[in-house]
Amino acid sequence: MARDITVRDALREALREEMDRNENVILMGQDIGAYGGSYVVTAGFLDEYGRQRIVDTPIAENGIVGSATGMAMGGMRPVVELMTINFSLLAIDQIVNHAAKLYSMFNGQYTAPVVIRTAAGWGQLAATHSQTFENWYAHVPGLRVVMPATPADHKGFMKSALRGNDPVMFIEHSLIYRNRGEVPDDDDFTLPLEGSEVRREGDHVTIACWSRGYYLAVEAAEELAKEGIECEIVDMRVLRPMDTETVAESVRKTNRLVVVEEGWKTLGVGSEIAAAIQEQAFDHLDAPIERVASQEVPVPYNREMERSVFPDKNKVIEGVRTVLAKDVNTATVS
Amino acid sequence: MASTKKSRTKGFPLEKSDLLDMYRQMYLIREFENSSAEQYAMGKIAGFLHLYIGEEAIAVGSIKAIEERDHVLGHYRDHGYALALGLDPGEVMAELFGKKTGVTGGRGGSMHLADASKNFWGGFAIVSGHLLPSVGLAYASKYMNEDRVVLCYFGDGATNAGAFHEAMNMAAVWELPIIFYCENNLYGMGTAVEHVSAVQEMAKKALAYDMPSMQIDGQNVIEVYEKTKEAVEHCRSGKGPMFIEALTYRFRGHSMADPEQYREREEVEQYRAYDPIPLFRDRLLEEKVVTEDELEEIHKAVNEQVKAAVKFADESENPPLETLADFVYADPITVR
Repeated sequence: MARDITVRDALREALREEMDRNENVILMGQDIGAYGGSYVVTAGFLDEYGRQRIVDTPIAENGIVGSATGMAMGGMRPVVELMTINFSLLAIDQIVNHAAKLYSMFNGQYTAPVVIRTAAGWGQLAATHSQTFENWYAHVPGLRVVMPATPADHKGFMKSALRGNDPVMFIEHSLIYRNRGEVPDDDDFTLPLEGSEVRREGDHVTIACWSRGYYLAVEAAEELAKEGIECEIVDMRVLRPMDTETVAESVRKTNRLVVVEEGWKTLGVGSEIAAAIQEQAFDHLDAPIERVASQEVPVPYNREMERSVFPDKNKVIEGVRTVLAKDVNTATVS
Repeated sequence: MASTKKSRTKGFPLEKSDLLDMYRQMYLIREFENSSAEQYAMGKIAGFLHLYIGEEAIAVGSIKAIEERDHVLGHYRDHGYALALGLDPGEVMAELFGKKTGVTGGRGGSMHLADASKNFWGGFAIVSGHLLPSVGLAYASKYMNEDRVVLCYFGDGATNAGAFHEAMNMAAVWELPIIFYCENNLYGMGTAVEHVSAVQEMAKKALAYDMPSMQIDGQNVIEVYEKTKEAVEHCRSGKGPMFIEALTYRFRGHSMADPEQYREREEVEQYRAYDPIPLFRDRLLEEKVVTEDELEEIHKAVNEQVKAAVKFADESENPPLETLADFVYADPITVR
């Protein structure tokens, strides 16, 4: 059995089920209690679980992540909510120099499986509140970095993160909390914290994407299908460890690749995917890989300017047309 | 971790075997550090090597005051805590040598000693960074009703960093069983405390968080023991955190790479009069707790132990390169 629920409800269910299953699971963050969370994921939890387990913290991201890391070292399973990924930069010392390092640096003596929830996204919030940094975290060995798109992935990954032994950056997106999808009816529904997934099959072009980018890819693919262009969509889902083999496998069939991301193009996740695919499927590429990413500017407040920064359905379609228009096999060599 | 017997040596809060054990530990740390400096000069130890010489009374006196279940976290000048907690000197020296037999298998080095089985979570080398995980361990102790106190050491330099203030605030607001143990040796690397801290007495910084504090003589191992004991009892009784400022002095440079151009030789000589080891020894002799012969026996045994530690480290193997990727993730990864 499965139910059609939102990303937000999938997260709520995962957190609630794991809290009920293990009393050492606690939630902590700014305004997650009385306020209910900036994106209302934890609304009502305070009444249900009390202040011991729903901990409103000071506005001190480094402190929140660092103390949660210590709780995890001590046998608890804290889930940190950092209001947005922009603010996670204040915690980067604890994430990169501490949580990600402890298991290795101390020779496997202990782990700190802290789960850090944070949200990318935008909506006329200007330069410091509209960014996404999954590439920063996915660069670091020792972290698992998930950036799911579907409600099922949100739920399954969260439950796995809380049962696993590694620190997890769990990156949500403020613009997809209301998106819906099927979630299995199973209290023990978990998903491995690795692996990409082919979500739509097609022969003409592969689109690699994650998080909100997945929904843009679906919209683009539906429109292109009307013209007879069939896109294969690979949802990356987990950015570290990253499964590029599934993308390569798809490219061996379609011979063309478009990557969609909301980060800046330079040194983005798309750069890594492009590099990996030329290593794994160079001979199968019929066109240069196209990266649909954000404009390289701090995000402005103005609505039209802001929209011009980020990928949208039309930019994905344009990307697909670009790779379809080129064919290395017929290009003349000058 | 003092013996539980009620008997006390006259003039001291501990019995003779504990006192001799503390003396032995202080002397062990001193000789271990002298020896590691030599090994560094010979090229056997690389990277950064921060010696604890001059500060031995703090690690030894304070660790004597806690129980085995209590947590210890320290900064990168961490050899003293490791040895006072009873880590094997050979395995500690082997870690300095980067060997497979080292306490962290050659992965951590001098700055990252640890033994989770002794609740010694590590030396941590990002100044002030470990104060936050320390707060989390104290939270876990309270949440899980474990009655464990966290002993978190750091230097005066750490008190100017943001993480210090976030940690102090959280520990106070959550009333956690943690002792913030500030070893004030008057210098953050090569910068004198008065140039970088608006407040000269570190204990005053606790006032901002309504946290009780004490300033103690870090060169007097008995005072360190007694005051730490008080602090531990304060934390155990559920009264929340405590801040201790232990006044001390580092007799050697910040690290082996330090040419020490920021302080006068006379100043160092002046402080050498407060060497915690002769101070303790003289007191033990004056109070007739020990004889010169007994001390000599301790010295001989420790010297042998340190010699053996170096031999063990030197003869140990390097970690095999095939293990390079071990311990990056605790759970398996199958994707390439």
